[in-house]
Amino acid sequence: MIQATGLTHFYGPNPAIEDVNFGVKRGEVLGFLGPNGAGKTTTMRILTGFMPPTRGKVTLDGYDVVEQSLDVRRRVGYLPETVPLYTDMTVTSYLKYMGTLRGMPSRNIKRRVEDVIDVCHLEDYRSSLIAKLSKGFRQRVGIAQAILHEPDVLVLDEPTIGIDPIQVVETRSLIKDLGKQQTVVLSSHILPEVSMICERVLIIHEGHIVAEDTPGNLAERLQGSDQLEVEIGGPPDEVLSELREIEGVSSVRHRSLANREVYTIRLLQGADVRDDISRAVIARGWSLLSMQSVGMTLEDIFLRLTTDEEN
Amino acid sequence: MRTVQAVAWKEIQIYFSSPTAYIVGLIFLAMTGVFFARDVVQTQGNPFPEASLSGFFQGASIILILMAPALTMRLVAEEQKLGTIELLLTSPVRDWEVVVGKYLASLTFLLVTVAATVYYVILLVVFADPDPGPMWAGYLGLVLYGATALSIGMLTSTLTSNQIVAAVVALGILLVLYFTDYAAGTLTGLPAAIVQEIGIKSHFDDFDRGVIDTKHVVYYVIVTAFFLFLTVRALESRRWR
Repeated sequence: MIQATGLTHFYGPNPAIEDVNFGVKRGEVLGFLGPNGAGKTTTMRILTGFMPPTRGKVTLDGYDVVEQSLDVRRRVGYLPETVPLYTDMTVTSYLKYMGTLRGMPSRNIKRRVEDVIDVCHLEDYRSSLIAKLSKGFRQRVGIAQAILHEPDVLVLDEPTIGIDPIQVVETRSLIKDLGKQQTVVLSSHILPEVSMICERVLIIHEGHIVAEDTPGNLAERLQGSDQLEVEIGGPPDEVLSELREIEGVSSVRHRSLANREVYTIRLLQGADVRDDISRAVIARGWSLLSMQSVGMTLEDIFLRLTTDEEN
Repeated sequence: MRTVQAVAWKEIQIYFSSPTAYIVGLIFLAMTGVFFARDVVQTQGNPFPEASLSGFFQGASIILILMAPALTMRLVAEEQKLGTIELLLTSPVRDWEVVVGKYLASLTFLLVTVAATVYYVILLVVFADPDPGPMWAGYLGLVLYGATALSIGMLTSTLTSNQIVAAVVALGILLVLYFTDYAAGTLTGLPAAIVQEIGIKSHFDDFDRGVIDTKHVVYYVIVTAFFLFLTVRALESRRWR
């Protein structure tokens, strides 16, 4: 459905993205994951034909985004990061206007406006001025306009940014539903969000794609090097050497926190050593005060992936 | 064509529901009314006042220079500020359709405002016996003149996301074009002729005298088309910046 090859875009002398390649199959939900400034928005803007890439080529359903821009734009629904709304229009008149711009026949517009108002739960706000709507509702109006013309491809840039947690949950399930019928490309900097909604994830960092996999595989790969945080009552030097002896432990760091001795244990891929640790501690007559797994934050993942790349 | 209509219709609705446009329109009517009345009614120093719209046309040519930038400044600049331009340019709409639609909306508002001055004509016809020729020619000239001023405002509104900057730059360009007559006076020969021909006002005065010269009509049409063309290019250039 979407095929991007060698995408590069420069803002002035600095590349926002460099040599980005990816493909999206029809009906797939693809997530771009990356910190702010990684090049997500740039990629989305190129996909939607808002700006052309400095180098490289994107085709959507066989149409070139630059050469056959109008054909592409007819097939894409787009929700930019800053939800673009005419604040002095009402919800209905805004949606009708967007429908006309998308070249929909008038009869369809009426029907579809009702449909999307229904889908996005905007029934009570039909004739409200957009200026008066809360951020969450504006977001819904933004999504409503993106799906209005039943596009083949839906491009959503940070669709859940800046809205309250309940609305985030609703928006995510809405996108998930949409993904059943349409090809969806979305961007986010929230890992759980992407792993919840997307079938495939591209991790983008400093304009390069550093990883590409299903959320499941990605999580497995990343969890393979899990960390444990253990608090042990005992002489630190001996504890350290004892812990390092245990099979499956890759490294141990020790910190003293106000009479508490905390050890951060990095594990080898797939190893589960909790049992061994507790046995060893008890066998030596020390006390095991606490033990917990420390999940990796998105930051850790980026650090890992980018340093792995460089090595 | 349908998208041009949709864009124009949306902007027209905004014009007629926003106070700014009404204030601008009211100022135009109030000021031109003063010019009209002064020319027709005042007898002091003018023992034989003429039943003509010349006072109105001369006054309107100045007021339009202030009015046109106020009408156009919002059109594209605001879309850039709000980010709605991103949606507009990713809709299956050609850039020229956006420009023409918005331009037609501003032209419509101008036409409505100018049409509201028809009561000057009615007053003259009821109370005097005006010569219809200069009146028709004057109105034609005024609309062409206003259309050109709006096209210049369109361009500056596209070049910035700041409405004030858009208005001030358009006003500057229009003032320069308005006062070329004076500048031409300091020159001689070919340069004087060129500067004279560039001016937006020097082409207007024949209309006011009741002369419809093709040369002037062509001038306004070409200048308007030129600025609208530049506007389309400016809008396209945003994709590359």
